[in-house]
Parts: sequence; structure tokens; C-alpha cells
Amino acid sequence: MHPSQPDTADSPTLRLAPAMQLLQQSGRELPDRRAVGQVVWLQAVLDGLCELSSRDPLTGLANRREFELVLASEIDRVARAGEPALMLMIDIDHFKSINDTHGHPVGDLVLKAVAQTLKECIRPMDKVARFGGEEFAMILPNCPPSFGQAVAERVRKKVESCSVTIAPGQQVGVTVSLGGAFAPQWVRSSAPLWIDRADQQLYRAKTEGRNRACLEQPTVSLVSAEEKGLLFGTSKFADLP
Amino acid sequence: MSDSASTKRATVLAVTSGKGGVGKTFMSANLAASLAARGRRVLVLDADLGLANLDVILNLFPKVTLHDVFTGKVQLEDAILPAPGGFSVLLAGSGLVEYSRLTPEVREQLLRIIETLAPRYDHILIDTGAGISDVVLYAVSLADEVLVLVTPEPTSMTDAYATIKVLATQQGRREIRLVVNQVGRLGEGRTIRGQLQLVVDRFVTPMLPGGEKAPTLELTGEVPLDSSVREAVQKRQLLIEMAPGCAATRAIEATAAKLAP
Repeated sequence: MHPSQPDTADSPTLRLAPAMQLLQQSGRELPDRRAVGQVVWLQAVLDGLCELSSRDPLTGLANRREFELVLASEIDRVARAGEPALMLMIDIDHFKSINDTHGHPVGDLVLKAVAQTLKECIRPMDKVARFGGEEFAMILPNCPPSFGQAVAERVRKKVESCSVTIAPGQQVGVTVSLGGAFAPQWVRSSAPLWIDRADQQLYRAKTEGRNRACLEQPTVSLVSAEEKGLLFGTSKFADLP
Repeated sequence: MSDSASTKRATVLAVTSGKGGVGKTFMSANLAASLAARGRRVLVLDADLGLANLDVILNLFPKVTLHDVFTGKVQLEDAILPAPGGFSVLLAGSGLVEYSRLTPEVREQLLRIIETLAPRYDHILIDTGAGISDVVLYAVSLADEVLVLVTPEPTSMTDAYATIKVLATQQGRREIRLVVNQVGRLGEGRTIRGQLQLVVDRFVTPMLPGGEKAPTLELTGEVPLDSSVREAVQKRQLLIEMAPGCAATRAIEATAAKLAP
């Protein structure tokens, strides 16, 4: 590999300028120039690019791409080991009105502050990511179902308790809504289905007034009298066996 | 058919029902024999770890069972037994009470068994236990396809519906095979499928993520009430061998033909 040589048809060379520019812009320490072209140098460039492509530039959290990778391996782990794992979807309340009232730079400050707070809530084995817009996602491996609500509640309170300084002497409060669902315990579980279940709970938290945490309740296997009524083609639910 | 199949993986089919006593083990054994008669390599895995009775249906007295595989006493290969009807079985035996809970060990063992054996067969049938316990749901999750066995009784239909609901909402199943056992007349299976589909459309589909395909029930077979069935179970023989040509045998063979066209 001779990246410094001019590109010819016989000996194609690597075009590294865009990559180096990205790495430089991200503020990362660049690989040692003295080793240019060597495998160890190239590895450092690749590592830097991988790191960049798995991070959210604004908040420094994992981005959605990285999150989905973690999700896939967590689903496999749960299917094999059966340990519970909780996913929380976290959305900043009234984010649009923060943006509209104070402008986008303040919106960015709020996003960073919430990201920092979420980072402080997790154990080393957990993962928190910016899922998109003002939505964050968390995976908590080995979180017993009986702890789920308390864990989500702790995150909610922690965000509620800190205010974001947007100008000298000027602060805004911020709250989040959380939706949670435990990992499917089966082989062949799909990530989108898990995400969707947590999202449904987030939607519930929003419609129930925001600044709250809703976790999925395990009631899905019950068959209601209404369902039985339709199944047996009668509306007289009370008469059913 | 079998030589092309040697390069691919078995179709793994879970046979489940919700309610017990609807003929799950009987159906698994006779479907396996019918598939074998069609030239397929078939294995039945008895995943009813707590209260297995595939051995009783097949009149086998196994010296080695899954228990010995789980404890490492024997190799998996040594626990695969030939069954009457030309297929293979992995029997649970009735003493696996300690495995009737879904421990990480049971998860890993069942997963390993399927992964190891899938390349060697054309069809693997997983005979699950009754109910919708986590062991049953886990066993079903190992399968490519799921067959829900139901009888025209209201209790069986309710439990079949509960099973379908859980499979659709928790495991993302979108195509579920239905076999209606003990129908009084041909055509009753279609009615029952229609009723179940109606309730699924009304109550289950709206619970699923937006834009997802609605779950569909495919009527794979209907097997009429037939006095020969009771007789075969009493004699601990395969129906399709004891009473070839009887109405129930023909219905089971037609079902097998749909599973292995």
C-alpha cells in the first residue's frame, strides 16, 4: 500500500483524503503520520472510522446503527441464556416547543444535557443510544422484571431533577417520557418487534400525560369474554363455557 | 427428493395445541409415519419434557432418553431411536420433571439438538407439551413452522386461539398451520378455521406493529372422528399402519401431503 503515490491504472492507490478529513474534524487524535501506509496505521484509520460511524456526533452517544448491532446480540444472548433484558425508549417532552421558544442551539444544548444525564444512569454493561431526533434508547441486560419500573422511574427522576443552563443565569427544566418492554425470550425473535413494543409503551406514557414511565404488562395471553363471544358466534358472553 | 434435501436443512415443524388431550402426540407420530412413507427422513423430538408420552403411543421402552443426553451420559446420536413407521425419535421419557422448567440448560440443549440434527433430516417435528408455558413457547420458537392442533370443542378452540395470539404477538408468527382433529363431518375444519381467523383479524391484528402483515391461519388438514383412532391408541399402534384406508388415516395422509408436497 502506497497511499502517497499518485493514482495510476496499474497501481491503484487508496484515496484517503476524505477519511482523514472526517477524522480530523471529529477532533480525534490522528494515527501516527510516520507509519503512513503500514498496516498498523491503516488499522488505526479504520478503527477511527468505525468509531465515527457508530457515534452520534452531537451527543457522543451510540447512534442507531450501533444500537441495532447491540440489540441483535442481546436478542441472541437472551434466547440462549434466558436472562431478562429491558429496553427503554426515552423521548424528551415538548422538545418542539423548546426549539420554537429558544431556538435550535438551545435545543442542541438540551439534547446534550439529557444525553449526559442518561449516560450517568447506566451500568457499564448497559447501552444508551440516540435513536433519532429527541428520542433515546437504552438496553439493560440482566434486569429482572420486578426492577423494571424502578429503573425506568429512576431515569425519569434524574432527568427531571437537572436543569439545563441555556444562558448565564437562565435555565430550562426538561422532562422525558419512557416506554419499556422486556426482551422476547425466544429463538428467532425480531429486533423490530421488540422496539415496537417499547415504542407502544412510550406512546402510552405520552398520552397519559408525559413525564412518566410505562412498562409493558404481561397480560397478552388472556382471552377476553368478548373474544370468546366472537369465537363461538354469540354475543351472550355470560352463557359461555 | 431426499438427495436434493441432503444439502439443505430440515423443515422444523412444532406441533402444539394449547389444550391437552386433543391428540397432539398421536398426530405427531402418525404425521411422521406418513411423511416417512412419502420418502422423507423424519425425526420427532418429544419436547413435552415434563409429561412425555410419545413412547407410550409408539409402544417403545427406551433405555436412553433426552435425560441422558442432558446429563451427558450418552451422546445425542445414541439417543436417536428408530420408531415403527420408519422415522426416528428422541424421547423425553416421563422422568424429566427437573427439565420441565425453562432453565438456561434446557434452552441451550434444545437449541443444540435442533442445530445438530437439522442438516440430517427433511422434517423435524417438535411435539410440545400442552399449555403456553415458557417451555412450550421456547420449543415452538425453535421451529420454522408451527402447526396448531384443535378440536371442535369450545375449550380447545379457546386455548388454540390463546396460543395463536401469543405466537403472533410475542414471536411475530404470521403464518400458522391449523389442523382440526375429531371433526364430526368434513367441512367442519373450514368453519373452525374461519371462526378463529375472524377473531384473530378483529383482536390480534390490531395489536401488531403498524404496517405488519396480518397473521393468517392455513387449514392444513381436518381429521374426522373415527373409532379406529381410539383402537390404535389402545393397542399402542400407529393408526396409518393398523387401519390403512380408514377415514382418519386418509385425512392424515392428505395432511402430510400438504406438509411435503
